[in-house]
Amino acid sequence: MNNEMAVIEMPNLALVMPEMFLLGMTCVLLVLDLFLNDRNRIITYLLAQLTLFGAVVITFSQMGGEAVTGFSGSFVRDSMGDILKIFIYVVTAIVFLYSRQYLQLRNMFRGEYYALGLFGVLGMMIMVSAHSFLTVYLGLELLSLSLYSMVALNRDSEASTEAAMKYFVLGAMASGMLLYGMSMIYGITGSLDIKEVGSYIANNGANNIILSFGLVFVVVGLAFKLGAVPFHMWVPDIYQGAQTPVTLYLGAAPKIAAFAMVMRLLVDGMEALYVDWQQMLTIMAVLSLALGNVVAIAQTNIKRMLAYSTISHVGFLLLGIIAAGPDGYSASMFYVLIYALMSTGAFGMIILLSRAGFEADTLDDFKGLNERSKWYAFIMLLIMFSMAGVPPTVGFFAKLWVLEAVLNVDMVWLAAVAVLFSVIGAYYYIRIVKLMYFDKAEDNSVIVADVDLKVVVSANGILMLVLGLFPGMLMAVCQQVLA
Amino acid sequence: MITLADYLVVGAILFCLSLAGIFLNRKNVIILLMSIELMLLAVNMNFVAFSAFNQDIAGQVFVFFILTVAAAEAAIGLAILVVLYRSKQSINVDDMDSMKG
Amino acid sequence: MQSIYLAIPLAPLLGAMIAGFFGWKIGRTASHIAAITGVAVAFVLSVIVFKHIVIDAAEPFNGTVYTWMVSNGINFQIGFLIDKLTAVMLIVVTFVSLMVHIYTIGYMHDDPGYQRFFSYIALFTFSMLMLVMSNNFLQLFFGWEAVGLVSYLLIGFWYKKPTAIYANLKAFLVNRVGDFGFLLGIAAVLMYTGSLDYAEVFKQAPSLSGRTMEIFDGHAWSILTVTCILLFIGAMGKSAQVPLHVWLPDSMEGPTPISALIHAATMVTAGIFMVARMSPLFELTETALSFVLVIGATTALFMGFLGLVQNDIKRVVAYSTLSQLGYMTVALGVSAYSAGIFHLMTHAFFKALLFLGAGAVIIAMHHEQDMRKMGGLRKYMPITWITSLIGSLALIGTPGFAGFYSKDAIIVAVRESSLAGAGYAYMAVLIGVFITALYSFRMYFMVFHGKERMDDHTREHLHECSKVVTVPLILLAIPSVIAGAIFVDQMAFGGFFGSAIVVDESHRIATEVTHHFDSWWGLILHSFADYPVYLAAGGVFTAWFLYMKRPDLPDMIQQRFALVHKVLVNKYGFDRFNEIVFAGGSRLLGGMFWRVGDEKLIDGLVVNGSAKSIGWFSSIARRFQSGYLYHYAFVMIIGLLLLLTWIVFR
Repeated sequence: MNNEMAVIEMPNLALVMPEMFLLGMTCVLLVLDLFLNDRNRIITYLLAQLTLFGAVVITFSQMGGEAVTGFSGSFVRDSMGDILKIFIYVVTAIVFLYSRQYLQLRNMFRGEYYALGLFGVLGMMIMVSAHSFLTVYLGLELLSLSLYSMVALNRDSEASTEAAMKYFVLGAMASGMLLYGMSMIYGITGSLDIKEVGSYIANNGANNIILSFGLVFVVVGLAFKLGAVPFHMWVPDIYQGAQTPVTLYLGAAPKIAAFAMVMRLLVDGMEALYVDWQQMLTIMAVLSLALGNVVAIAQTNIKRMLAYSTISHVGFLLLGIIAAGPDGYSASMFYVLIYALMSTGAFGMIILLSRAGFEADTLDDFKGLNERSKWYAFIMLLIMFSMAGVPPTVGFFAKLWVLEAVLNVDMVWLAAVAVLFSVIGAYYYIRIVKLMYFDKAEDNSVIVADVDLKVVVSANGILMLVLGLFPGMLMAVCQQVLA
Repeated sequence: MITLADYLVVGAILFCLSLAGIFLNRKNVIILLMSIELMLLAVNMNFVAFSAFNQDIAGQVFVFFILTVAAAEAAIGLAILVVLYRSKQSINVDDMDSMKG
Repeated sequence: MQSIYLAIPLAPLLGAMIAGFFGWKIGRTASHIAAITGVAVAFVLSVIVFKHIVIDAAEPFNGTVYTWMVSNGINFQIGFLIDKLTAVMLIVVTFVSLMVHIYTIGYMHDDPGYQRFFSYIALFTFSMLMLVMSNNFLQLFFGWEAVGLVSYLLIGFWYKKPTAIYANLKAFLVNRVGDFGFLLGIAAVLMYTGSLDYAEVFKQAPSLSGRTMEIFDGHAWSILTVTCILLFIGAMGKSAQVPLHVWLPDSMEGPTPISALIHAATMVTAGIFMVARMSPLFELTETALSFVLVIGATTALFMGFLGLVQNDIKRVVAYSTLSQLGYMTVALGVSAYSAGIFHLMTHAFFKALLFLGAGAVIIAMHHEQDMRKMGGLRKYMPITWITSLIGSLALIGTPGFAGFYSKDAIIVAVRESSLAGAGYAYMAVLIGVFITALYSFRMYFMVFHGKERMDDHTREHLHECSKVVTVPLILLAIPSVIAGAIFVDQMAFGGFFGSAIVVDESHRIATEVTHHFDSWWGLILHSFADYPVYLAAGGVFTAWFLYMKRPDLPDMIQQRFALVHKVLVNKYGFDRFNEIVFAGGSRLLGGMFWRVGDEKLIDGLVVNGSAKSIGWFSSIARRFQSGYLYHYAFVMIIGLLLLLTWIVFR
């Protein structure tokens, strides 16, 4: 017998320590939750937070050093992935914290939310670390399936179930397109490994129509995940229909994962086709900026408005990738991290203002917030300013660096378009500020919330200002991991 | 002899059928789920064909994964369909328009 | 040491934040304890730094604390440059600030905005420290604007008083003019050196000398001259030099403690400090130095005259501040930077003392500021009386007092200078000595001596102020007497500042000549062989004669020289001119722009027009979001098809 054949290479399990830990803990949580009655449900919540904390610790301890691939090249651990993962944990932990009180008040405080949320995080982690089409797909599906179920979390709500159905159909369709593209690229390059695909294209030229077709399908799949126009149609309905904690969850961390997916597939895998995907992304970025900002103006539901605002932010995010090079990518990465924080802050405010039987999801609910609470009006002001890109909040720097990257590659017209639509976009953010400070409050009830929610929402808002004053450190990190 | 192109054309036809199924169908949500399955099958067809012609096993491994995930996806899709029916008393695609604008 | 440097500005900031954000909760006493502790810590640490840098003669520290951002290779950072110049400024700022903080407890005792006030002045201390400790232009500008902001807030502290609001608006606008120049200057520095860092800029400066730029075609200007003059315009705004001085007298609308701290001792000297800091640049361009000299001399003399006709006790001190700032500027002009900083230091002590003394009088007089309603206060307020006398003596340059040494050093330096305009400046500073003595003692006699002109009710309540007021007066009186003698040897003539101040060889004559006076005592003796001391004595005598011996004379003189008096009372018409030409002109222009440009073009066409069309477009575009699943899928497929077509046919 040939000994060499019998040896099965043992994968380097240390590489996937965070993933394994998260998976194990989530299974524990799932089982444990069965044995808890509703009074003790808080244990599930605490365990979920503990899991995320443990994941932060493990990832942090592994951080640094060269990129290492494992599992026959289908998994990679590198500094960019580590930073993105840590942000995913932190943002998700904030999301869980914001959601606790909301879910408790509505008798929806069940283990599913946390189990599905953690499985989603696992999916995102796999997406971030994916180094082969197969792992990208698996991570993506793990995340998507969790999200579909979470959107339908409130089983009795017509809007939620409708949103879930729409999300499911469109999402499955987008995955199908992504897969179809992958199959073509696989057919041409003969490999699923992103690195090998990349070197094949680099060596054998990009003039292959099937390859180009494959690229288009992959880009469509990515654009859907990001929510870029014209593959954005799901965004507003799902944001509006889902319960606020779910919207909060799916608006923040998955964007980080989607960014990682773009980096892995387009930048690592198909940089040789740069010209092709750059042009496609440019079209989508311009459309996203235009449509997102313009349509947001007509919205009266703040969740829906934030959905359109997400679309426009995605346009900005794409600009950095279009600009390419370490500057562009790091600007994009900075943007997506900041966006995740801003978005959690904004939805956190909605949760803070809501109470049992009252959702606080229309613009009118923010009227006269200043009279009700000066402090939270100020926090919301910081978040809105940051979203609009008003200095000295961090949103300004996020936009500035993206624009700088775009200008450095001499795409002045693109920067001009971005600025123009940002100005239009500023209108609906500032309108909220106007509502809070200059309109009369319609209901004057005192804001009641638990201490942890209050503290973290405040910290989230203040962070916009603090990061705006000291953006250098985070930016340096982004530049370093993408250098 | 059946060439690679033939397989790809079949795959493409299946794919187009599934797309058509999704946007032409205005009645039953279940047909949407079926279309999605069809789309994944089109992808599988591609993968298997490429895998065979490239003499590379990875494509067929991918197909197994897709099939498995498709099963999970179908389960979740049907589950959502059930709750949708419970709350709306209808699985008509035309009735799912409470959110727009 | 580095953590000490960092703690110096942060301690007052912390105090400001506690008093500002939590003042309403923790109450008055806790607020002032927080603010005072912050500043006291800064003072103690400043003394340590002073010992380290000056007495132990350690190497200057130049380091970056935090890099804010890097853009196109330009570093924007927070960093400290701690050399002897900084060390001296640290002591002056923190000491005066500490005294003023303590004094404020008494002065603002009954004010409803007590915590707000403490928060502001602690914030001011932070900003001023950031300004003097900076090692780059960006942070300098930050501190510069921050002190300006706090000054604005404090002038308008009593925001219900229309005159205060008018005054702070005026200060704000006039400073904008100066800041505009300053910003252009910084921009020029950045443009030609590509750096904002002092060390880097100074290193490159010599290579710039001789290079020219053309702003208007055919007129080649030296880059350095233009840059320096622009920077100095910034200093003119902040340090209230003619013609940007108009805001300072009006700033007296603010509470007296801030007049002492901000508008006499520290903020207004920021311009002087800045020019001294920029000495490596200014030394390379004689034109700019001449400009500085002439502006300074004009301020020193003509603002002094105005002090003669003021009746508001604070305004007299304010005009004297203007005039003394002129002296410092003159010193800068003749390259006697160290003498200028020396005067800055002594002036900070005795002028803060005079202001606080005036404030004490104002408290005692129940917020009456008109000197014509005072008189004979020395009986009632002995400590205020003595300390004010010391302050006045120091101000007029009585031999032995602090002001004497610094002012004498300036006068000698001007005399020896060969710069264009030095002759005019020498005349100006000499006459200035007489004028200074005259208005100072006019005030002193009118307030503390002579007939008691207040009404009976006020007189009954006249008494010395509480300890928190008098202790700072006494503490400030001490350096007003001795600071000069201690430092004269080094600061006025020696190379005290080392590498911090650069003086070109050709300008050094002025400082060398007087170096043979070996001791402070020798200087006193020598002074009797020179004009200034007699001019000062003449001024005091004239004041005594006019306001003590023959109180009827001033009125007569006033009637005889009605025209001169009118000119002086109208402050040479600067205010009216500004009001009519600049304010009126701007209003006219603004009105035109508003009516035509804004209302019709921008509001009508651009804003409302585009808002309307965007709103319309928005309402159309949102209809695409029909809510139907098959439409959504359709849009995605269309998108896919478009991208496919595009990739095939491109």
